[in-house]
Amino acid sequence: MAEAIADTRRLFTKPQNLSDAYGPPSNFLEIDVGNPETVGVGRGRFTTYEVRLKTNLPIFKLKESCVRRRYSDFEWLRSELERESKVVVPPLPGKALFRQLPFRGDDGIFDDSFIEERRQGLEVFLNKVAGHPLAQNERCLHMFLQDETVDKNYTPSKIRQA
Amino acid sequence: MSFFSFGQSAEIDIVLNDAETKKKVEHKTEDGKKDKYFLFYDGETVSGKVNVTLKNPGKRLEHQGIKIEFIGQIELYYDRGNHHEFVSLVKDLARPGELTQSQTFDFEFTHVEKPYESYTGQNVKLRYFLRATISRRLNDISKEMDIVVHTLSTYPELNSSIKMEVGIEDCLHIEFEYNKSKYHLKDVIVGKIYFLLVRIKIKHMEIDIIKRETTGTGPNVYHENDTIAKYEIMDGAPVRGESIPIRLFLAGYEMTPTMRDINKKFSVRYYLNLVLIDEEERRYFKQQEITLWRKGDIVRKSMSHQAAIASQRFEGSSNNEKAVTQNKEGGN
Repeated sequence: MAEAIADTRRLFTKPQNLSDAYGPPSNFLEIDVGNPETVGVGRGRFTTYEVRLKTNLPIFKLKESCVRRRYSDFEWLRSELERESKVVVPPLPGKALFRQLPFRGDDGIFDDSFIEERRQGLEVFLNKVAGHPLAQNERCLHMFLQDETVDKNYTPSKIRQA
Repeated sequence: MSFFSFGQSAEIDIVLNDAETKKKVEHKTEDGKKDKYFLFYDGETVSGKVNVTLKNPGKRLEHQGIKIEFIGQIELYYDRGNHHEFVSLVKDLARPGELTQSQTFDFEFTHVEKPYESYTGQNVKLRYFLRATISRRLNDISKEMDIVVHTLSTYPELNSSIKMEVGIEDCLHIEFEYNKSKYHLKDVIVGKIYFLLVRIKIKHMEIDIIKRETTGTGPNVYHENDTIAKYEIMDGAPVRGESIPIRLFLAGYEMTPTMRDINKKFSVRYYLNLVLIDEEERRYFKQQEITLWRKGDIVRKSMSHQAAIASQRFEGSSNNEKAVTQNKEGGN
């Protein structure tokens, strides 16, 4: 009766194509939120942030894009994604209503440290969301990231890869 | 337990015939502790002696009969009152009468059928035990002795590999392969994960072994999942064309054989869960059932024979011939 020792040799594998092994990865996606600028005067002021995107994912029409967005645009994107997709959408940095009250010692919502904190939170938010395979199918995400302006009267739809 | 000092009481004791030589195995009790019990297989005879020791020598013990039972039963924790006995044998040791002195009775349950393996789980317990009873008018005196039963199988004739391509359209395509679909408890899972398309940022990949205990029937089915093992097989981001090997030794984990619909009361099944985790902690997984079976112990041949086999294989052959051979297994 022969003794049975388990064979633990690796299974046969196809050798990897060298251009696959050393070439650029197919999952490149970088989003930076920066360059905050406060526009307008008096009580009509608001801050916009530059949203820069670099990618090689085929689902994005433009491989590089740069648009300007304000906080309420991010809020719009978040509510669209919550309604249209099955994604559990991460939270945005706070609305900071208390900072909009009068008689503050600092610059309120135009305070440099607050803007920086908000900028970081918005960057984290976008990177989390844009990398989600289901969110990538939503028209609202692509419009937010790559169209010149956000058309809040758009028709929600799903993107199918070309 | 009799609190009256008048009258007679006795102690019963069950001793198996081959208690000195019979193998004992560890088995978990309901509260998680581990104890050792005598090991039996299907068809084995259960024989021994029942010792009745009178507590007050000189006084007589009146009784309504002495018997010993061999019982195999399933107990659902949410329904403790109803024990489902699937094996129930009884041998009468003494007719109603009286004992004037301590006595020993022989018993033998010949070639007892033990169709299922002993199992202590989260919501159900299957056990085998001997119960010796002295029946009396007011209160019986009884003693139970649990034994453990293992069910053995032989190498399956058909043991195909599991090979499948899965993924998320345009995002992630992988082909996974496990060398077998049926593994014995001391086997090794040898496999690989081949990446066909990687458009997400993967941080690491692991294989989990999940045990699912299912109790109840129809609308009252209840599944209890337990992750027995988590084994990281890749750390870092793979690219297209990359193959990640899997080699997972099962002997290190506490598992039972797969049990399907035991006496129509419960099942215990095992699944391999392949999990990929991306940079944002999102989890992508694919679950696949495997069948676990118990192999009988073999008497080990000399070490030199094993070394000869190992060295032959290491020298490498151009074909994929495996050295695993079919054996006749058995515990007896």
